[in-house]
Amino acid sequence: MSTAVVTPQQGSAASLPSRRNLKMTQLDLIVTPIFFVLLALLLAVVWVYSDFDRTTTSILEPSRLWTQFKQQIYLALWSTALVIVLAIPLGILVTREGAPRLKNNLVSLLGLGQAIPAYGLIVLFFVAFGQGSFTVILALATFALLPVLRNTIVGLEQVDQSVIEAGKGMGLTSVQRLRKIELPLAVPVIMAGIRTATVINVGMATLAYLIGGGGLGETIAAGLKNGRPTAIFVGAVLVALIALALDFLGGLAQRYLKPKGLA
Amino acid sequence: MNPQETAVSEISEPCIKLENVNKTYSGVSAPAVKDLSLEVAQGEIMVLVGPSGCGKSTTLRLINRMIEPTSGRIIYEGEDVTKGDPNELRRRMGYVIQQVGLFPHRTIAENIATVPKLLKWPKAKVNARVDELLEMVSMDPSIYRDRYPKELSGGQAQRVGVARALGADPDVLLMDEPFGAIDPITRDRLQNEFLRLQEELKKTIVFVTHDIDEAVKMGDRIAILRDQSEIAQLDKPEVILTDPADSFVENFLGSGAILKTLTLRRVRDIELSQPVIIKRSTNRSDAILALHDSYFPYAVLLDDHDHPIAWVDERALNRSDSLDRSGASITVQLQPEDTLQDALSGMLQTAAGMSAVVNGRGQYLGTCTIESLASMLIAQPNGASA
Repeated sequence: MSTAVVTPQQGSAASLPSRRNLKMTQLDLIVTPIFFVLLALLLAVVWVYSDFDRTTTSILEPSRLWTQFKQQIYLALWSTALVIVLAIPLGILVTREGAPRLKNNLVSLLGLGQAIPAYGLIVLFFVAFGQGSFTVILALATFALLPVLRNTIVGLEQVDQSVIEAGKGMGLTSVQRLRKIELPLAVPVIMAGIRTATVINVGMATLAYLIGGGGLGETIAAGLKNGRPTAIFVGAVLVALIALALDFLGGLAQRYLKPKGLA
Repeated sequence: MNPQETAVSEISEPCIKLENVNKTYSGVSAPAVKDLSLEVAQGEIMVLVGPSGCGKSTTLRLINRMIEPTSGRIIYEGEDVTKGDPNELRRRMGYVIQQVGLFPHRTIAENIATVPKLLKWPKAKVNARVDELLEMVSMDPSIYRDRYPKELSGGQAQRVGVARALGADPDVLLMDEPFGAIDPITRDRLQNEFLRLQEELKKTIVFVTHDIDEAVKMGDRIAILRDQSEIAQLDKPEVILTDPADSFVENFLGSGAILKTLTLRRVRDIELSQPVIIKRSTNRSDAILALHDSYFPYAVLLDDHDHPIAWVDERALNRSDSLDRSGASITVQLQPEDTLQDALSGMLQTAAGMSAVVNGRGQYLGTCTIESLASMLIAQPNGASA
């Protein structure tokens, strides 16, 4: 702990570290939009100046692209939502007193799960649950569970024990300690996990076409099959744009949900 | 001395009572606390002190059931609190720990308001209480109320820690090495401020430390603990220092036990010497005559406002200089409230072997000599009660 005495005059100096930190998050929130705009411009240039033959035109039919675009977002958001609903309560549960063994087993099990290629995972789920977007969402959620679960566990465990001890000593119940101390202090780490999961899910949703889940994977696959690089490029860039946009929104949320007073 | 008289304080009936409390951790055969019975009287500071690992922290945490006892009873204000909701109990006791543990995401005001809010106090009452407590611990509410803990120094953080523990005005404060992580100068200041606060508040305090000097300074009574929280000696600090129960206590006190009693006594407790007083206007030959009759070989020179200026001896009086410049000037002054340790260090600092004692307005009261200190220490062992 710093021994420097904060006098009223030094008050503004004392808030300097937090200002520096703010700048770093601002940097994060500026670079992503710049990339987004550059990519979008590139996409527009390619769209306008490429030669569209009949095949390409039919693959890149705007109304179909728009449907796939919406499907891609739909799949990514719902699978992320499922991850949040599953992984955070699970992370809370395994960090409660009396469940330490379970925690390590769970993390290594999910680590193994991530070692299976996403392609294989989706096919496995197809065998079990049949085709359709529900199966895709389930598969994506399984794949992206680990980052959120791990960050929830780490986020809760990095909370200064003396803070929890003080809360307990003042008569906060275990639920109050979780709600008022542990979770707020774990928010930045948990949010980082959610951002990672979102980006993974946007990318992986590209594989949804394999089992009839739709999404921009259809365009990319069609481009590959027909040897149309422009179609591949358009599909891939649209996926990247969605990932960048959602990551940016995650960054905003991370910034505004982070409790005040943290360095 | 009758041991029963010292074992139970005579102030009033006990506020906290531990009855044959045991604590054994699962998987460990030896108990951490073994058959401990302890009574803490209303309004006293009871210090638990002992070597590390003796179970003093465990004992403290048994009181608010941060650690549940394996057997035995805990009585708080006449009520058995061994069973029942531990959270209810903890809200009735302030708890201060060495690491402070302020909530980093809450403002200072929100931190202090924790327990009042848990007890659902009305908002206006909570706000008034926060300001009152901040002022109590010498922090300006208008500056600190809305700040966050990261902006505080270690000493300030622990002030807030104490204010937070006092939040809902509990009768009891449990303090686990509260000043242990603070630099010595700030620690000394916080200890003094805390003692001054306690004079007003008259809380019942259980205070854990491993530092015998802190124990002597803070404690109304001290329990010296050895392994498994066994009480080696429980008594007033001056009795423990001058009459240790056994060799364990003696070893724990260290070699300077007698010197430590200096921090318990104040300048007002000893009889001041009264050497001859001279003023600027005093005739020199009269002064020399008076000095011949005096027991002391020197006189005190006072100015017109009775402020001491210098020590003068016969040689200085015989010199033709002005009186001000002829003596050894008095640089260190003591007040009646200073401890004898302050007095001794003051004397050693000036190498004069004596020190002028003045009242709050700087007027001369008498002289404290190293001989009077020494005779007090030598005469002390049996007449320890103040």
